[in-house]
Amino acid sequence: MKFENYMILDFPSRSSNEAFARSAVACFAAQMDPTLEELGDIRTAVSEAVTNCIVHAYPDKIGNITLRCRILKDNVLDIVVKDRGIGIPDVEQARKPAFTTGGRERSGMGFTIMESFMTNLEISSMPGKGTTVHMRRKLQRRQ
Amino acid sequence: MHFTSFLEEGRLTVALTGEIDHHCAKAYIQEIAAKIEAYMPEICVLDFREVSFVDSSGIAVVINALRNMTQIEGKLLLTGIAPQPMRVFRASGIDKLVEIREAVS
Repeated sequence: MKFENYMILDFPSRSSNEAFARSAVACFAAQMDPTLEELGDIRTAVSEAVTNCIVHAYPDKIGNITLRCRILKDNVLDIVVKDRGIGIPDVEQARKPAFTTGGRERSGMGFTIMESFMTNLEISSMPGKGTTVHMRRKLQRRQ
Repeated sequence: MHFTSFLEEGRLTVALTGEIDHHCAKAYIQEIAAKIEAYMPEICVLDFREVSFVDSSGIAVVINALRNMTQIEGKLLLTGIAPQPMRVFRASGIDKLVEIREAVS
């Protein structure tokens, strides 16, 4: 068996769902016995990925966001956040710190935070088709 | 979004609460800007003691407050930052732009 447990959520891109999404992932990850710091990092990264969908993928409408979490062997939490929105024309540029198309209420630090808080971060995007953010975090085994 | 603020001898303290994400950041940015514009303080203190979570939207709140205070040649201070918000501020480098006092360990 490749994974030990999983969950899949579908929800609309309403900003009130940012808190719901990060809390749901934190509840799911609780069975891995994470430290408070690990749990905080995971909540933060999920919040960034879901906020990106809400702000950038569906700028003028409410669209669907799919969030999938899996627990892989060796205590790895695997998270996929997927939208079918407008896509990112230049992923490399979007990953640069302080780059944002979101205006003054955004900081442009979303991908930087996902990168520094997760063990792995992959972004695939097709303009007009949507974006998939794939993150992994290896959790320390507590003694 | 909920916050309280008070002014004492040119020092405006804004106590933020709860979780600061994109959902509430815009309201915080506007409310803090309005307070700074109304009171023109020499120092603005953003008190994070009651803040349990921030993401990059919280960075935008701090950067906008810094911009507002720089415009009136005032100073911005952050206090009472819990470990999770502190990790976000450090990852973004904001701890190098703004003075932070009394972080909560």
